[in-house]
Amino acid sequence: MCEVGEDYREPAPAGPPPPRPCREQKCVKCKEGLPVVVIRAGDAFCRDCFKVFYVHKFRAVLGKNRLVFPGEKVLLAWSGGPSSSSMLWQVLEGLSQDSAKRLRFVPGVVFADEGAACGQSPEDRAKTLAEAKLVLQTVGFPWHIVALEEVFSLPPSVLRCSAREPVGTEGAYKAAVDSFLQQHHVLGEEKQSRPCPQHPQGRAGPPTAGQTEALSRLFNSVKTLTAKEELLQTLRTHLILHVARTHGYSKVMTGDSCTRLAVKLMTSLALGRGAFLAWDTGFSDERHGDVVVVRPMREHTLKEVAFYNRLFAVPSVFTPAVDTKAPEKASIHRLMEAFILRLQAQFPSTVSTVYRTSEKLVKAPRDGCAAGTPGPRCLLCMCVLDVDTADSATAFGAQTSSQLPQTQPPVAEAEAPTVSCCHSGMGRAQHCCRMEADPRACDPRACVTAQLCYGCRVNMKDLVSGGPSPAREQAGAGLGLRLRSPGTSGSSLLQPSLDPLPPYILAEAQLRSQRAEAEQEIQERLLEAEDGARPGATSAEQAHEDGARPGATSAEQEGADGL
Amino acid sequence: MPAPRCASCHKARAALRRPRSGQALCTTCFCASFEAEVLHTVVAGRLLPPGAVVAVGASGGKDSTVLAHVLRELAPRLGISLHLVAVDEGIGGYRDAALAAVRRQAARWELPLTVVAYAELFGGWTMDAVARSTAGSGRSRSCCTFCGVLRRRALEEGARRVGATHVVTGHNADDMAETVLMNFLRGDAGRLARGGGLGSPGEGGALPRCRPLQLASQKEVVLYAHFRRLDYFSEECVYAPEAFRGHARDLLKLLEAARPSAVLDLVHSAERLALAPAARPPPPGACSRCGALASRALCQACALLEGLNRGRPRLAIGKGRRGLDEEGSPREPQPSGPPTSEPIPGF
Repeated sequence: MCEVGEDYREPAPAGPPPPRPCREQKCVKCKEGLPVVVIRAGDAFCRDCFKVFYVHKFRAVLGKNRLVFPGEKVLLAWSGGPSSSSMLWQVLEGLSQDSAKRLRFVPGVVFADEGAACGQSPEDRAKTLAEAKLVLQTVGFPWHIVALEEVFSLPPSVLRCSAREPVGTEGAYKAAVDSFLQQHHVLGEEKQSRPCPQHPQGRAGPPTAGQTEALSRLFNSVKTLTAKEELLQTLRTHLILHVARTHGYSKVMTGDSCTRLAVKLMTSLALGRGAFLAWDTGFSDERHGDVVVVRPMREHTLKEVAFYNRLFAVPSVFTPAVDTKAPEKASIHRLMEAFILRLQAQFPSTVSTVYRTSEKLVKAPRDGCAAGTPGPRCLLCMCVLDVDTADSATAFGAQTSSQLPQTQPPVAEAEAPTVSCCHSGMGRAQHCCRMEADPRACDPRACVTAQLCYGCRVNMKDLVSGGPSPAREQAGAGLGLRLRSPGTSGSSLLQPSLDPLPPYILAEAQLRSQRAEAEQEIQERLLEAEDGARPGATSAEQAHEDGARPGATSAEQEGADGL
Repeated sequence: MPAPRCASCHKARAALRRPRSGQALCTTCFCASFEAEVLHTVVAGRLLPPGAVVAVGASGGKDSTVLAHVLRELAPRLGISLHLVAVDEGIGGYRDAALAAVRRQAARWELPLTVVAYAELFGGWTMDAVARSTAGSGRSRSCCTFCGVLRRRALEEGARRVGATHVVTGHNADDMAETVLMNFLRGDAGRLARGGGLGSPGEGGALPRCRPLQLASQKEVVLYAHFRRLDYFSEECVYAPEAFRGHARDLLKLLEAARPSAVLDLVHSAERLALAPAARPPPPGACSRCGALASRALCQACALLEGLNRGRPRLAIGKGRRGLDEEGSPREPQPSGPPTSEPIPGF
């Protein structure tokens, strides 16, 4: 493959290619056992060496990053699939080993039943749940089974980033380990055995038919499979976060393998989430504040996981996903997965190359504009917003610029950058979200969209209600829906509606926009400084003025006063 | 059913729907808005200040033709003057036909044209000769790697000859999207760190480069060329099927089918990538041989040519560039040079 820095041997190898592992070959590690599996590009391992290699990788990833403190409560997100089952098994074995090498945290397991989103019948769901319970009982950790329908009863606080405890330094980690070991000696062995084993904290009864119906309606109202997958992922994250917070877990471990993370990275690129790649695919993801998501399986390839599960009989449960049996071109996720796996077959270093590149990503805004406080966060994915002012010379600006030589009000997502819900300053002053000024134009959809990052906005465009209207055969299906804008091609307008969304999202959006309005009003009443900067303006507003004209703030003032 | 009315002037019948927004526009309004958008990119990004002498990299292909045409329309408003610079890589059966198209354009638009040839600049090495030299090693020829690097040098040289202050190329949004996909697949953190913006400001003595068409999708470029009836050369380079960019291009086509805004989403992602400081290329100095911008003692063009001249073409492609006898430089070894090393589709 034309990989950068790949060594080309000079001259071309004259001899035959290196021999494939044949039956007489021994394990490359111990040179004694008979090899059973070939890892990487020709390393044959025997069963025991493979197990040592696999387990060592898991421990090394945890140990290297020093994020999981001893005695900490860790929630293992188990989907039933091979990677997360393998992770579960590793944790199980790690906890039961001799004390020197034992894993030192307190685990719990959460299983999310997503059958309603995938269109499973209640009988199938019950069957899956029964199988899952069997496995969970074998594993023996405290487990929580939640149904995706419970998102309808989540509180809006899920979407808020709680204050973080400061991350421990190297010294703090070491100190914590030492003090834990001391306690361990004092208290004796027995107290440290499997913590609270058989408390099946199941769920409070199966979900009601009404909730299931609401969930189906939500997922049916999403047009594209891509947006469905993203929505499912978002809701699942929120749900698991809620479970973690409720039961006092400070870490969540997910079983994303190297292969899946490589695919996820490329998919996130294509979805416009380039700013957040380090959070989406890195080892730790601390965007939620108090709960940190950790990915200990990120150095295991899917092949290793599959072989391990088979050789050591790790139980797993098959759960169909939203995109099971979907055609390859149905969604960006499927496309990327197929592409990467196909390329991997041709160039075996593809996945590891992408993975290595992902390790070089850092969690920082590109231009260092967040010198002070970071800007507001996206409503759904809780990352710092990455949209510029409309009309800037960037991809976002290009999609929202109103360069047409007419007075057409641009699509609703155009205006507001960050704090204020509808920033009437940039370019043309459009409908503003002031309730008291113009109730008709207060558009809940625009309010929600303004609080989303770029990627989430694109996904939200696919959320419509009802069926498609007859004149919708647009060349670009990803267009923003035109809300109440006259002068379109005379087609009947789709009524986009946010009703299907779970109430906690809408409530939080409402709260944020009200807070932003209140802040805006306060800002207007403050006296302006000489250079037009507002005293007490958030750094986000300041940062967004670098591309804006200096007259923008006064225009905003005028626009506000003109109501 | 008859075509709907143009959404902008409401008078003429619409001739197309913009791929970006699905708006129905007539020919005139579409061309006007395309030009307005390019103008906006240049102005908002402060790419070409008034009084600039701009060298337009012209290959005869659709992108550079559209670029030259639009810039010529906008030149009075921006206060710039244009020169066409064409690069002759010496690819038989392809470049000569393309150059003929460039000459016709220069004559029609009355723009001065300068042709810079590889054979003249690089000691007789044409791309065909490079391809023959790299053909024997059993792996892919990677002649596109050579072509990209050498073409940048040639363009820079041509721009200097006409006394230009800025260099513009016709990369469109699809190119940028393919580039970021490709750089991730190849693991090229250095280029990822460098790319994504609107161009390079011209560090260390190199001329500032920019891409005014960067936010225009390829479909719109083609439509614009069609409506304005521009004469361009539309065939693919004979070596193009071997380039790695082909994989990225196929992927982009599929992504666009699944989600039409995928191209701009990728450009947005590329703009927002944050790479570790260690991955970023070091501040460049000057090549010890030719004086051009370089991150190491030798610029990539000189390094590649050195390899070719020694009969070991892959000398400069690979880890560490051993054997080049470079005097130890204090800078960390990183490949220098242009944003991409893969062929630019007919700029």
